[in-house]
Amino acid sequence: MEFFTISMLNGVSYGLLLFLLSSGLTLIFSMMGVLNFAHASFYMIGAYIAYSISKVTGFWPALVVAPVIVGILGAIFERLCLRKVHKFGHVPELLITFGLSFVIIELVLLVWGRSSVEFPPPEILRGPAFTLINSSLSGLHLVSGAAPPAMCTSADAAVRVVCSPFPGTRAFMMLVALAMLVALWLLLTRTRIGLVIQSALTHPEMVESLGHNVPRVFMLVFGAGSALAGLAGVIGGTTFVTEPAMAASVGPVIFVVVVVGGMGSLAGAFVASLLIGILQTFAVALDYSLVNVLQPLGISVGAADHSLLKLTISQVAPILPYLLLVLMLIFRPKGLLGTREG
Amino acid sequence: MEATVARPAEVARRAGAVPAARWLVWGAFAVVLLVAPLLFPSSLGRSMLSQVGIAIVACLSYNILLGQGGMLSFGHAVYTGLGTFVAVHALLGIGNGTLPIPVSLIPLVGGVAGMFFAVLLGYVTTKKAGTPFAMITLGIGELVTAMALMVPEFFGGEGGISANRTAGKPFLGITYGPQIQVYYLLAVYTFACTAAMYAFTRTPLGRMLNAVRDNPERVEFIGYSTQRVRYFSFVIAGFFAGIAGGMYALNFEIATAEVVGAGRSGAYLLFTFLGGATFFFGPIIGGVLMVLGIGLFSELTKAWQLYLGLIFMFMVMYAPGGIASLIMMNLRVAAHRKLHRLWGWYALLTAGALVMLAGSAALIELVYHLQLGATSGPTLQYVGMTLDIGAASSWLGALAVAAIGLALFEFVRRRFALAWGRIQSEIETTMTFKEPS
Repeated sequence: MEFFTISMLNGVSYGLLLFLLSSGLTLIFSMMGVLNFAHASFYMIGAYIAYSISKVTGFWPALVVAPVIVGILGAIFERLCLRKVHKFGHVPELLITFGLSFVIIELVLLVWGRSSVEFPPPEILRGPAFTLINSSLSGLHLVSGAAPPAMCTSADAAVRVVCSPFPGTRAFMMLVALAMLVALWLLLTRTRIGLVIQSALTHPEMVESLGHNVPRVFMLVFGAGSALAGLAGVIGGTTFVTEPAMAASVGPVIFVVVVVGGMGSLAGAFVASLLIGILQTFAVALDYSLVNVLQPLGISVGAADHSLLKLTISQVAPILPYLLLVLMLIFRPKGLLGTREG
Repeated sequence: MEATVARPAEVARRAGAVPAARWLVWGAFAVVLLVAPLLFPSSLGRSMLSQVGIAIVACLSYNILLGQGGMLSFGHAVYTGLGTFVAVHALLGIGNGTLPIPVSLIPLVGGVAGMFFAVLLGYVTTKKAGTPFAMITLGIGELVTAMALMVPEFFGGEGGISANRTAGKPFLGITYGPQIQVYYLLAVYTFACTAAMYAFTRTPLGRMLNAVRDNPERVEFIGYSTQRVRYFSFVIAGFFAGIAGGMYALNFEIATAEVVGAGRSGAYLLFTFLGGATFFFGPIIGGVLMVLGIGLFSELTKAWQLYLGLIFMFMVMYAPGGIASLIMMNLRVAAHRKLHRLWGWYALLTAGALVMLAGSAALIELVYHLQLGATSGPTLQYVGMTLDIGAASSWLGALAVAAIGLALFEFVRRRFALAWGRIQSEIETTMTFKEPS
């Protein structure tokens, strides 16, 4: 039970981080039709900039300043490069963001080096946020912060006590992502600029003729999406590891999220993020393979040394998102909540 | 874009000059392939020439998707790489006598393998076009890369699998031991595949593929299935990609997991585009650049990929047709005898670009040296100068040179763009007078 709860929470927190990333990507895509290939690079650069700032000022200012810087960089890129190729069509747009991702990773290697950097979370987030204690005597209960060791050991050998801590960084990740989710929703539905953005999604010419500067709205959205990626990078960088490979490891997954959720659907991206986050987290924790399934069924596995049969679920975890992508395309090409076909 | 491609050919066909010109071009290509190893007799030179042949076939097969079909694939290395793996296994089979085919046919084995996987995976991939297509190829590329490390029986795990190309029986003294024999085999395949892929662009399917790229809606109205046209073309591209993979297997005799990886797919995309996706011969330039870049520029500077990325972005913004389109546009200007008006501009542009490059390269090398500074001392040699990463003068000097270069280049570029536009409109007016349509 405590395994399930903790894995679920881990999965949800990872899924929320994915949503923080894919929301920006989806917003940019549905608005400008541009799939920002460099989105994960903004995630990485957010982590690195925050790392450099946090060495001077500490973590909390970096959490605010780094996403702002990334957002400004994103807006500058939109203004100087993306807008130039907009008239050539979608493939050159994708190509220029591909080129940008290439340049960013080289710049990161150039400035911060090839190995990972030490980017620890602040003091307050280092310990567990809470600890689940499952005792066979008194059942499941919850202690905030780290549980005192006395509670996790029992004098009586017959009583089984298991303590499962939930890291503070993960809880913080959930908190920030949820706060951003609410803020984004309020911004899009309750403010004037949100209404302009929404209408520019479907009727850019009409919005333009009503006197709004649609290219500037595009630039703002691109900057905001990049800033969201940068924010995710600050949190992801402290929780996981800040290294030059972090863009390549998360980039394809958020693309899968966007396709599985349905291209351009924010709600779909939310559902798909959670789905993939939970799926991957649970898969990593499960150690079963086909051999385990076949043997109880009475099928003797002659070639039991074949690695395909011996692959455990935790070993195939990295490919599960892509398998999901392929299955989704075969059975429901428009994605979970998508409306566009083709 | 299609108009600029087709018009010179049409003009030439009316003049009845096509066969002669075409024989000339293909003959020259064959002669270059024949003579090249004599010009570069060193083993490095021959090895690089062999790689050029492989890169040409790979980039041309990629361009069936990108240039002719408008399909941006981020996973082309899947088909070249799986072709390589199957080809290496076939070589092993020849070695232990279970596979009775000559070594010369190994690239074809790779081709069939590439085609098989394109039939299998392409069905899912080509369900969509445009941006979703790009994302799906990326996902499938990741899928196959991850699988490559999971099934060590076939892929050999981290170390990969290796084979021996001299395994077959010698035929007329050809053992494929010396690099020159391998080169000529690969040259034959390069020529044959280039010709076959050119022929493909002339088939009804190749023409329909162009139509699907330009106006899919209209193609559907005429009664074609755009998805099926994409799928068939994808399979053909997979076949030629597999041949390139098989050629790779013969040349390197090893297949590691990185041959199916995202890095290689990215390189195909990058260099095909740089060479020029809108013309058939563009990817040939791209293939040559790819080998030169990976082989030579990486020796020159450690940060060469950064320069590559910057050049790529610059090309996407200012010359989306790649090097090939730059050549063709200037040829058109030359054909109308107006090229002499541009030489001055080109000289100025080159000067500006060189100044900018000198400054920004100094900056990049300084930053790079700062990263390594602890191990190799505070100074570095840069085009005969000694720069010091501790001295403000080095940094400010480099910055100033870069800024001056940028200003000069931008200043010239704006005026050049005007002159260029004027010449283009002059040419277009003469063309409409000559052939009213």
